[in-house]
Amino acid sequence: METLMIILSGVLVTVATYLILSKNAIRIILGTALLTHASHLLLMTMGGFGGTNVPIIGETGTDYVDPIPQALILTSIVISFGVTSFFLVLTYRTYEELGSDDMYVLRGRRNE
Amino acid sequence: MNNIIVFPMILPVLTAILLVFFRKHIILQRWISVLVMTANIVVSIVILLRVQAEGILRLDFGGWEPPFGILFVADSFSMLLVVTTNIVTVACLIYAMFSVGKEYEYMFFYSFVLFLVGGVNASFLTGDLFNLFVSFEVMLLSSYALIAFGGKKIQLKKSIPYIAINVVSSWIFLVAIAYLYGTLGTLNLAHLSQLIAENGQTPLVTVISILFLIVFGLKSGLLLYQWLPASYSAPPTAIAALFGALLTKVGIYAMFRMFTLLFYHEPQITHTLIGVMAALTLIGGSIGAIASNDLRYIVSYNVVIAVGFIFVGLAIGTQVAFEGSIYYIIHDMIVKALLFLIAGTMITLSGSPKMNRMSGLIRNYPILGWLFFVVMLALAGIPPLSGFIGKVLLGQAAIETGAYVLLALSFISALFVLYSLLRVFMDCFWGETMLSEEEEPPLRKGILFPLIMLGVLTFALGLAPESIASFVIDASDTLMNPSIYIDAIFQK
Repeated sequence: METLMIILSGVLVTVATYLILSKNAIRIILGTALLTHASHLLLMTMGGFGGTNVPIIGETGTDYVDPIPQALILTSIVISFGVTSFFLVLTYRTYEELGSDDMYVLRGRRNE
Repeated sequence: MNNIIVFPMILPVLTAILLVFFRKHIILQRWISVLVMTANIVVSIVILLRVQAEGILRLDFGGWEPPFGILFVADSFSMLLVVTTNIVTVACLIYAMFSVGKEYEYMFFYSFVLFLVGGVNASFLTGDLFNLFVSFEVMLLSSYALIAFGGKKIQLKKSIPYIAINVVSSWIFLVAIAYLYGTLGTLNLAHLSQLIAENGQTPLVTVISILFLIVFGLKSGLLLYQWLPASYSAPPTAIAALFGALLTKVGIYAMFRMFTLLFYHEPQITHTLIGVMAALTLIGGSIGAIASNDLRYIVSYNVVIAVGFIFVGLAIGTQVAFEGSIYYIIHDMIVKALLFLIAGTMITLSGSPKMNRMSGLIRNYPILGWLFFVVMLALAGIPPLSGFIGKVLLGQAAIETGAYVLLALSFISALFVLYSLLRVFMDCFWGETMLSEEEEPPLRKGILFPLIMLGVLTFALGLAPESIASFVIDASDTLMNPSIYIDAIFQK
């Protein structure tokens, strides 16, 4: 299970890196979103896959899963959602103002 | 009760939410935000004094005792930075009142600034690694909004790479946290420190520490500063000053915390790497500062040089070096804010960021000119000003440990700072004035007030460093001896 998860997260990172290195702003945003998902999978794997019950003390015995990674992932998903939506809106606004979402066009002259 | 520790974070955040409902009442927004931040200065000074009297304070949220819950920890190092943050924010807020303009203020400008400060203070105070990540995100998300604030074309252009680089570095942060949790099974800083000390810093932990080095290097601009000058030159003056004074310092704080509390067992690997990166940062920043003709880039590269200088202290890693670094961080927050505010005022007055379009400003604006002169001397480390004491201590530590290359680089970089700013002073303030008396735009008193306030502070800090000496020594003591921190966390 661990091996599968790591391979999956590796594939996600590969795809995300490819997307981030492209010059289209939307692809960069999609890349960052995928990147965060890869790290969520990694977090989950790092918690281990032991345990068979929900982590409520006293109800289901001692064999419960580690709840911390899940809490971390939940927080991280919320943050990533906020950042991604802001990033999308900002890029749309940039597209409206400057008429392009091509990073080479947006780069412009350095000392502007 | 230690509940007071949470105030530096919660006051700005709650006020920011409150101000959202007073969108139309700009006067109210201005005064509430300035008053709250002033109250925050008082509160944080009270906490600092309590830390001095009673030792490190901690607050366990929800009564979950460490290492299980999230907690805030106030030691001298973090509280000194919180106090300085609040002072700088008040100055920038007052400057913003007179300069940013109504169209900005209507769009929740003050709320965003307060969220930013809340995030910065939370990053300084937290004692939990994941909470540090969340605080960073609070701070960064407000900074994303502020950097694009107003939506000028140049701001939009510069904000996309800024956000992209920060999202990627946050990702590395998350991955590093995941690895550390997978290796040691905890995220409480004190508990992590204890576990690493007990089990030894294995090669695996060292590799993870390098990941943290990359993350905080990106955030603080240590070697990986290439995004910094372009981003910091885009937003309006008051915002750029906040960024220049605060954002990189949070990265610096986190780096100091991680590499003095957790990963201090293998200094020949990690601290050597930090030393090399600091040296390269000093060189790169110096070249950048003298290469540009654009005032905004010159001041931004000055931030980079200061970052390199502060990390020299961490690389040397003795108590004297830490004292020097702490003095220098405090000095740098105040003076960088002042430098950015003055540079922004000069650009507003002359209508162009290019140095060759400015001349003879001191004739019309003598106070501004002399303040710039003071800043220049302070950054170069001339005695009666605040930069001096930090440089002396760092120099002393470097000689004691025989780190002559770092010593030479950090003092040569001071010459580059002096040269780059002296060039600005001579080109822009001296010479024939380009504007006649009728043409010159008036400089409002409200804009000068925060500048003078920060200028007085740099004098005060330079003339009486003993006033904060006991706090700085206590802070460096805690950095040197992680057991003080750990004991404070685990006592009942």
